[in-house]
Amino acid sequence: MRNVDKIQGVHKMQIDGTEVTFSDGETILEVAQRHQKDIPTLCYDPRLEPFGGCRLCIVELEGARNPVASCTTQATSDMVIRTSTDSIEAYRRTLLDMVISENREVDVHPLRGYVSNELASLRDKYEIYSSNINGTTSGRSKADDNPFILRDYDLCISCYRCVRVCAEQEGDHAINVMNRGFHTQITTEFDGLLKDSACTFCGQCIQTCPTGALADKKALRAADTVPETQIDKTRTVCPYCGVGCSVDILTHDEKIIGIHPAMDGPANQGALCVKGQFAYDFVQHPDRLKVPLVRGDDGKLHETSWDDALDTAAAGFQNVHAKHGKYSVYGIASGRAPSEAAYLMQKFIRAGFGTNYIDNCSRA
Amino acid sequence: MSNPLVDMQKPDVIFCIGTNMTECHPVAATGLKKAIARGAKLIVADPRRIGLADLSHLYLPLRVGSDTALLLGMAHVIAREGLVDEEFIKHRTTGYDDFFEHIGRWTPEWAETITGVPAKDIETAAIWYGIADKGAIYYTLGITEHICGVENVQSLCNLALMTGHVGREGTGINPMRGQNNIQGAGDSGALPNNYPGFQSVTDPENQQKFKVAYGKEIDLEKGITKVTALELCGDSIHAMLIDGENTLISDPDREHCEHALRSLEHLVVIDIFLTETAELADVVLPAAAWGETDGVCTNTERRVQRMRAAVQPIGQARPDWWIISEIAKRLDFNGFDYDSPKPIFNELCSLSPIYAGLDWDRIDIGVTDEFNNQWPVPNRDHPGTPRLHEGTFVNGKGIFSNVHYRDPAETISEDFPVWLTTGRRLQSYHTRTQTGRAEGIDYFLPEESLEVNPADLEKWKLTDGEWCRMHSARGSIHIKVKATNRSPRGTVFASFSFGDVPVNLLTGSGYDPVTHTAELKVCPVKLEPL
Repeated sequence: MRNVDKIQGVHKMQIDGTEVTFSDGETILEVAQRHQKDIPTLCYDPRLEPFGGCRLCIVELEGARNPVASCTTQATSDMVIRTSTDSIEAYRRTLLDMVISENREVDVHPLRGYVSNELASLRDKYEIYSSNINGTTSGRSKADDNPFILRDYDLCISCYRCVRVCAEQEGDHAINVMNRGFHTQITTEFDGLLKDSACTFCGQCIQTCPTGALADKKALRAADTVPETQIDKTRTVCPYCGVGCSVDILTHDEKIIGIHPAMDGPANQGALCVKGQFAYDFVQHPDRLKVPLVRGDDGKLHETSWDDALDTAAAGFQNVHAKHGKYSVYGIASGRAPSEAAYLMQKFIRAGFGTNYIDNCSRA
Repeated sequence: MSNPLVDMQKPDVIFCIGTNMTECHPVAATGLKKAIARGAKLIVADPRRIGLADLSHLYLPLRVGSDTALLLGMAHVIAREGLVDEEFIKHRTTGYDDFFEHIGRWTPEWAETITGVPAKDIETAAIWYGIADKGAIYYTLGITEHICGVENVQSLCNLALMTGHVGREGTGINPMRGQNNIQGAGDSGALPNNYPGFQSVTDPENQQKFKVAYGKEIDLEKGITKVTALELCGDSIHAMLIDGENTLISDPDREHCEHALRSLEHLVVIDIFLTETAELADVVLPAAAWGETDGVCTNTERRVQRMRAAVQPIGQARPDWWIISEIAKRLDFNGFDYDSPKPIFNELCSLSPIYAGLDWDRIDIGVTDEFNNQWPVPNRDHPGTPRLHEGTFVNGKGIFSNVHYRDPAETISEDFPVWLTTGRRLQSYHTRTQTGRAEGIDYFLPEESLEVNPADLEKWKLTDGEWCRMHSARGSIHIKVKATNRSPRGTVFASFSFGDVPVNLLTGSGYDPVTHTAELKVCPVKLEPL
């Protein structure tokens, strides 16, 4: 007999005693997360193919001999899942304890990256503050003189999120895995510098790293002076090309200290390029124009008040208009300022002079 | 773009022409890479062996400025091989019979003589694109910055119309816009031919609408383009207000441009830095920068998004809208009493049919389950338009254009035997007013260099890493030579980003007669060792 639910692609399963529905192709983890189950993960990034490396997301599946990784196991009809039994939590605690024991430190500055505190949060959740596991640290940090990406592999837990985001999301395949087991190391071709690899410094590896092993060197310049809890975020759109990637500007005390990609940005879904990720500091650069300037009788530009500058600007247009008529004044709007600026530029010309002597900078 | 960015992951065949997407729109390029990983075929036509060419399944290294010939050749093959979508042509287009006759003589063999691309490869490209269920075209300034920019775009439209690769997921004709709000500047009416919302200024109904809105009788004739205005500086144009554009560095023929701006009686520049252009101004007004100002911008897929201030403007800098309003008020212009950007944007929406369903608060919320912030949004109940031309074209039927190939304004000669083409690089943006002041960028790109094919070095007596002098009919500059196989034999490349290597002193040989876009992609030059 054909199951009507299956024809529609909607099926039923049980999670923690509650019957839930799911659709074709969903994993147990996806279904559970949709139903607000708090399953711990480390190697999981919803944008990437499931990997099943960290095993923290294991759940009990009735009828299965061992716990299964919920991120890589497809949901099937009539599954009975328990997400948080005592034995599952004990497994998770042991796994976490082992991961933590391999790292130099767990508490890192949030300026390292978007989710650099994922491991620390799990450590807090499972209250693993002392351990019986004593061993050496894995991974060796890589000196790399590039100005943007810190490669602090003492903190690497071999979740491969960086390698996978570079391959699957960015399509660059700049980094890969060297060696096996405890000696696993994230590396570039010939174990060289990032700048000699296919890396484009888009920063996606930084922003998916759950431990801060890959970190935003530029943002970390502010780490000593900015308290971890006092970083403000403002959602906006990148100032560079026309793709319109959503970003969060990180600020502290009126200073821009970094950029995070917006994982839910409709145009970029978490992706950025080197300009959007790292080239933000022009905004508070000392070269910025801070005061209006007016050309004096000596032919040079001099600082002046807004009133004086605006009066001079207006008087100049008035004089030219009076002398040469309305077709002597022209406006060029910006392709970088907000639309309100472009709108007012055309209104200035049209409502002010009655001509269509207005253009923007798109012809060059 | 006719189609949304998410569609970039969905075509079967992708045709990229005149777009260096991995460097100029890197995040968009990730969509194409995903499509390729899924099995899509990529065709890349570009004079330079750019990053996309390395990813391609078929690379067409055409001579600079020969795009129309290539595209005519492809159209010929698609028709010859019967790969047209007859249903689509019948119901959605007009003029195909004439077009069919027109392309009869433009064989791929003919196209080879113009483009240098083997006829066999032109055939393959045409067949792949023609056979595809979902074929998508992506282009950028490599198509438009020519004297024949309009014909180039029309040629691409011909291909899409013949094959019905438009108005569906994973298809379309998709120009990638180069600046964060260049689409918004056009949407907002900063154009000599259109009011806000692309409403023609020559339509008396539109004129009447804006007469009522602005309380001013506005010309029923189109205005002049920026290019024409610069030519008329000192003759009939005597005052300019320039907002946030470094005209002097970004525009072709720098000497002409500098002369033009210097001959003005009155130049007011609003900008965030004292750019080369601002240095020529009579009044320089400091604007609030990105991150310091609230507003709305529109991206390349017509997505209208909020920009938000994260910090106070530096020094005494003020938002552009405030500055423009203050000048206007001092001239007793009506309708400039604004206290924030919100009523300005709402006014724009009220006057633009494509924005009619939008307002500031709605843009502030952004995308929801029921609403996509991509124009046209003609009313409040409209869900937004991720994909244009579904089912019907705005202006009725798709029109085939019987285009002809034309040589560039200047072609190589004994005096200037080398093709120069210009563009952008990944790490530098435009004239580097922004990226040039971002710490760390210089690690990757400290200076400009001229990309020359290694085999050409000896012929022109140049040395890799040494300086050379590059002349065009307009001037000469010094530039460092960099040997790379990205440049084909006989063609060199430089970006226009570095003020100390003013490549746009050389360019400016001609302009598209319709759009007045400069032929920045083609400039015959001569190279000499220093």
